Amino acid sequence: MTEVLLTPSQTSGPYLEIGLLGGPITNRLVDGSDPRAIRISGVLLDGVGDPVPDGLVEVWQANAAGRYAHPADDREDVPLEDGFTGFGRSGTVDGGRFELVIVKPGRVPWVDGRLQAPHLLVGVFARGLLKRVATRMYFPDEKAANAEDPVLLGLGPEERATLVARAEDGGLRFDIVLQGNGQTTFFAV
Amino acid sequence: MRPETTAFSRIPDAALTGTDPPLLYPDYVGTRLRAPKSPLVLLPSSLSELTGPVYGDGALAETDADLTRQHAGEPLGERITVTGRVVGSDGKPLPGQLVEIWQANAAGRYRHAVDTHEAPLDPNFTGWGRCLTDEGGTYRFTTVLPGAYPWQNHPNAWRPKHIHFSLFGRAFPERLVTQMYFPGDPLFPFDPIFNSIRDERARQRLVSTFELGLTRPDWALGFRFDIVVGGREATPLEEPHDD
Repeated sequence: MTEVLLTPSQTSGPYLEIGLLGGPITNRLVDGSDPRAIRISGVLLDGVGDPVPDGLVEVWQANAAGRYAHPADDREDVPLEDGFTGFGRSGTVDGGRFELVIVKPGRVPWVDGRLQAPHLLVGVFARGLLKRVATRMYFPDEKAANAEDPVLLGLGPEERATLVARAEDGGLRFDIVLQGNGQTTFFAV
Repeated sequence: MRPETTAFSRIPDAALTGTDPPLLYPDYVGTRLRAPKSPLVLLPSSLSELTGPVYGDGALAETDADLTRQHAGEPLGERITVTGRVVGSDGKPLPGQLVEIWQANAAGRYRHAVDTHEAPLDPNFTGWGRCLTDEGGTYRFTTVLPGAYPWQNHPNAWRPKHIHFSLFGRAFPERLVTQMYFPGDPLFPFDPIFNSIRDERARQRLVSTFELGLTRPDWALGFRFDIVVGGREATPLEEPHDD
């Protein structure tokens, strides 16, 4: 077997804003005027409940039809959407608060062909995180799909609850708790 | 029909045996209240994890990769070229990869409101760069050698000179943010972030090499930093089974 010599991770540190914000990747996966647009906001919190103001939240998602804009998703019966990359990021410089404008992704198959509920993959960086942590966000108005989602079904009720956003002010609220009470469920992916 | 349940393995982060540092590394004080402590849930890779951001053909300006030409004048400091190849864990080059970097200026100061180090800002240096790898997976930046700087982790703590790097790899699990260091830095033994990588050989992979052949005579010194992105290393997965 070939020896794998991966480059190890290091923390983004507190100044990630310089390099990762203000560039071509924004927090708007679609324009706010898109009738399908959903605003997600949340706060990144540490182990004593303090907001983390030097973090970055990234999301990766399928389009509204349920197709990823990536060569590994070659299901030609599901349409791609011109200009939709499925990727966005938000800093948490505003008192730990992040905000993203997305569309609800369609359902995509799991490893055994069952459909997953609509979900976003979420990655978090910050000072004090020596590597990215990864989680998922699900939608509160998808009760039936969530109830048969293969990933949610594999979790305990308390773990599951940390992954479902809640409706707030016409958008969705999704806090991410790095440590302690109510810690968000994180995945090794 | 009753939904089928898959039991996921859970693994404490500290038991992961990859090259990455652990989430909790108390010598780096910032990890103490931020490192998740519940075991990680091991997910098999579905289409969601087999895919990931593709930057595509988004336009970048030429000066995005030259941090010395983003202002009216030139920044102070030693001008350097930093270049290398981005490859996957199979050794194949990754073309079209978005590489993002950020760094302190030559005096060791970041252009950021949170950085209060009493070293001068440089009006001609912001400290960010972006480029796409070419067909052979090669990226190239022109910048200045960043300075070392003090931080508040412990008394008299100083960070070795470094440049932050961000890469995407081929799929979501391969996302990598890391730091490139410079050869022979005397601060290595004292830096908890560098030493959070427990494997000495893995740690050394973050140290760039000086290459005379990369220097541009009468212009800039040259450093090589090759990057291998591959996501999670061999970790056990349980096969799905009927509950």
